[in-house]
Amino acid sequence: MSKNLRINKNNFIDQTTRISFKFNGQKLFGYKGDTLASALLANNIHLVGRSFKYHRPRGIMTCGSEEPNAIVQIGNDPSFTDPNVRATEIELYEGLDASSQNCWPSVNFDIGGINNFLSPLLPAGFYYKTFMWPASFWEKYEYFIRHSAGLGKSPTKSDPDIYDHQYSHCDVLVVGGGISGIISAKLSAEKGLDTILIDDKSFLGGSTIFQENECYKINSVNSNKWLANEIESLKNYPNLLIKNRTSLAAFHGYNYLLARENLTDHLSINERKGKVRQRLWKIRAKKVIIASGSIERPLIFSNNDRPGIILSSSIKKYIDYYGVKTGENISLFTNNDTAYETAISLYKSGVKVNVIVDIRKNSDSLIVKEALDLGLKVLWESTVVDTQGYKRIKSFEVMKLSDDGNNVVGDRSKYNCDCLGISGGWTPMVHLFTQSGGKLKFRNDDNVFIPDENKTPSNQISVGSCNGEFKLNEIVVNTIENLKSFLSLSNSCYDGIKIICPDEKSKRNIWLLPSDKPIGKTKPFLDFQNDSTAKDVKLALREGFKSIEHVKRYTTTGMGTDQGKLSNMHALGIIADTTGTNMGELGTTTFRPPYTPLTFGAIVGRNVGEFFDHTRKTAIHNWHVKNKAEFENVGQWKRPWYFPKNGENMHQAVQRESKAARDSAGILDASTLGKIDIQGTDASEFLNRIYTNTWSKLEIGKCRYGLMLNEDGMVYDDGVTTRLGENHYIMTTTTGGAANVLSKLEDYLQTEWPELDVYLTTVTDQYSTISICGPNSKKILAKIVPGLDLSDNNFPHMSFKNTKISNVNCRIMRISFTGEHSYEINIQSNYAEDVWIKCMEAGKEFNLTPYGTETMHLLRAEKGFIITGQDTDGTLTPSDLQMDWIIGKKKFDFIGKRSLYRSDTIREDRKQLVGLLTEDPKEVLEEGAQLVENINKKPIEMLGHVTSSYFSPNLNKSIALAVVKSGKKLKGKKLIVPMENKNINVTITDTVFYDKENKRLNA
Amino acid sequence: MFIINCPYCGERDQTEFSCGGEAHIERPKQPTELSDDQWAEYLFMRKNIKGVQFERWNHAHGCRKWFNMVRDTSNDKIQAVYKMGEKPPVK
Ligand SMILES: [Zn+2]
Repeated sequence: MSKNLRINKNNFIDQTTRISFKFNGQKLFGYKGDTLASALLANNIHLVGRSFKYHRPRGIMTCGSEEPNAIVQIGNDPSFTDPNVRATEIELYEGLDASSQNCWPSVNFDIGGINNFLSPLLPAGFYYKTFMWPASFWEKYEYFIRHSAGLGKSPTKSDPDIYDHQYSHCDVLVVGGGISGIISAKLSAEKGLDTILIDDKSFLGGSTIFQENECYKINSVNSNKWLANEIESLKNYPNLLIKNRTSLAAFHGYNYLLARENLTDHLSINERKGKVRQRLWKIRAKKVIIASGSIERPLIFSNNDRPGIILSSSIKKYIDYYGVKTGENISLFTNNDTAYETAISLYKSGVKVNVIVDIRKNSDSLIVKEALDLGLKVLWESTVVDTQGYKRIKSFEVMKLSDDGNNVVGDRSKYNCDCLGISGGWTPMVHLFTQSGGKLKFRNDDNVFIPDENKTPSNQISVGSCNGEFKLNEIVVNTIENLKSFLSLSNSCYDGIKIICPDEKSKRNIWLLPSDKPIGKTKPFLDFQNDSTAKDVKLALREGFKSIEHVKRYTTTGMGTDQGKLSNMHALGIIADTTGTNMGELGTTTFRPPYTPLTFGAIVGRNVGEFFDHTRKTAIHNWHVKNKAEFENVGQWKRPWYFPKNGENMHQAVQRESKAARDSAGILDASTLGKIDIQGTDASEFLNRIYTNTWSKLEIGKCRYGLMLNEDGMVYDDGVTTRLGENHYIMTTTTGGAANVLSKLEDYLQTEWPELDVYLTTVTDQYSTISICGPNSKKILAKIVPGLDLSDNNFPHMSFKNTKISNVNCRIMRISFTGEHSYEINIQSNYAEDVWIKCMEAGKEFNLTPYGTETMHLLRAEKGFIITGQDTDGTLTPSDLQMDWIIGKKKFDFIGKRSLYRSDTIREDRKQLVGLLTEDPKEVLEEGAQLVENINKKPIEMLGHVTSSYFSPNLNKSIALAVVKSGKKLKGKKLIVPMENKNINVTITDTVFYDKENKRLNA
Repeated sequence: MFIINCPYCGERDQTEFSCGGEAHIERPKQPTELSDDQWAEYLFMRKNIKGVQFERWNHAHGCRKWFNMVRDTSNDKIQAVYKMGEKPPVK
């Protein structure tokens, strides 16, 4: 088993630097420059995982991001472990510890492999068909499915790595560092354009950089040498930024692209410390050049998924780039010329290909001639019909194709092998092009979807093989010519370039290769990761699925983490063949971002923990912290919730606070309320139009409560607005509604009533608000502002005074949200904590008690005052809230007025706000609990729900607000609140529980 | 994510803006004279078409100005932006 399949080759791999790593616990060695896949192959390890559904042994199949099988779990640290990593992409580093996924107990002995033998019972749509009934069994099925499905394991602890986001703006972004990308980057940089070149590999040059074949020459030198010089020359351009290990994730409209740069995944664990792991680039490019290349297609025949079956071009890369033989007895199976390049590369590295099976009748291209001259054996017009070997391919069987290619003829002949290279032609990587909104066209000639130049979004171009150009001369010449017009170049440094390359003329394509066995007895895999076969696709068609999108979902073809990069074209081809449709008419499935999976870390970047969202703190926040407040999040604000003393719980603290506020005095930081400064000659008219009540007659120095509706008549926000001057008001909004109210007001001002002379300025942060309430509030205020006449005559309820506290200007409003005699001091925020402390000192002798939002809510509920957003939910009119008194019926118009007498809003059986008292005064209802009348008549009719509920220490009983159908008419009615373990009896009451006559306001 | 040419600030990223729905729906001058159906037409009915659409946009994280935009919803191409009160420059 443990063999060294490395040949001595130092071009790209540093064979002087040995790296040790572990795979499934086994200690192995590779070299610097290896990927995990190349290092495993050098150790003769092909079997790396099990397939998703049948748990079939699977091996490394490719050498890039299209890899469907070789996905591994990296590490086992609960924070750092990384699932679903493609072995073909991860670079080897000292100490790398990888293990197989989707197998238990081990990749060599996997219990789930039994599914393979049950596969006749697991056809396409098996899960849909089997687990849908009976519905009550779902929970049992789910357990089974979750334990047998799934790929890697997620980390169980939070990710300690650092991730970054970076914005970038450039003239030209080149995606892909193969030969066409290099030419593009140089042309752009040469023109002086600010250029970024990104490539997902650690090296530039794509597949040309290791193309040593003498058949390919540019300006008389081998194409790989020519390209190496070009790459070297890129260093001379300071306006060119090259980003290796950077994979383009998404191409959005207006040339907005996301790319993920891997910064540390190739370093040893020690070298990573303190470094950013991945950076998400958010690039806005004036022009985008897509040079994303193409990937090789597999061939579809029975048992084409065994470990040791590898794409032919990948075998070539493993030998030419990594110096790794993928086997010692290799054969190839092809429908085109490129497999012959692989054969020649292997031959030159001392591996003689046993046999090349070619479905074509012949080929007279240079490259084939060269292979034949080397004495390689070709079986023309033949196909592989089956393979053998469980954990590694052992042999394959070949038959002659019939003339039309629909059948096989003659006898099977068997060939031994330990590796079979397959080459089904090339698929341009058009994912990014389609993501950006481009439309594809089908080229019948060689069965490829390529960008339609007439349906390409502006300011982008596809060049090279992703544009369907596969011959070196076409790639280079067309890239240069197309870029000259795309970048408006009159000439280029490449003018007069001379290219020699072989020409492939012979073409043959068979999507599903024929077999001597009926399809039911074969296993021709299409999607290797999701285990869907050509059989499944045909079954889906028989069952009536027609749309490619439906077939895809039903069979799960193309739905793995590789998004069907290898499988899509064959699935389409088989559908087209079976249904007799042209592939161009069939179209493709939609390619969605990301092109390759992104980590959550890269997506969120630094926006984690305390940076996840803004935190707003009032100017008095530090005092609250010092005084042990428990905080509540209200939008982005941190508000004191309650101030526990001596180990009190919330209930105890709230009972104490609310008792103190009514018995003597309480103090609240109300700074988070929204404050909007309104000025202009039409300010009064403006308020008339946005509030339901009348404002033009409000005297200067007076305050008024206002209710704001949406145009649909539903309550939107509320608060007190004060008239500071003839043309000057200050409006308060709810804490949560501040920003929305401002933008709504701006909207009406700018779009509906531009004739009004009104200016709005938010001053929420500029002013802090300290609210002091309770029977002793007047005495406390008198100590702070001794010069101010606080008599009811001079300073009545709902009025305001300009005054000074210690030479600092402030506005004091006498308004109340608790029903107590109370004042709100508005002061510039930088003095707020100081004034708060002064209040506390002045209030000491009156037991002035700081309280938080919970007590505030309780106190206002005792008075039946609503909280918009808690007692309302956007479906209640003022009338539903029993607030008809606030509607200015004589007003010509205000926002929402017309909606108040729509047929729906005047219904009498709407849900309306009521009070609730429980039969047992100690029983506190749960907010959100449902209200019903009759629990015996089923289905039980829901009449409404509880919106606010508290135990009132001042009334010594439980109180609640609720919305109930026809609630206004139901005063005194008994209803039931059904809870999980009991039914609670309640009675509908008035919404005001405390001080119905409002005597305390002037107490 | 598109780039929007705010008529007051110039080109800015879409993240700075918020969309306010269909444009050129004027609030009725005398809502009280409308029938329920007419009022509902103003209140609720909005077009949502694939193709050229007239929209209101607000430079919410910028100058806070409202303006109008002509956008092809099928490809997000912005054909024109113009200030409130101005006539649409394209049909
Ligand atoms: Zn602007």
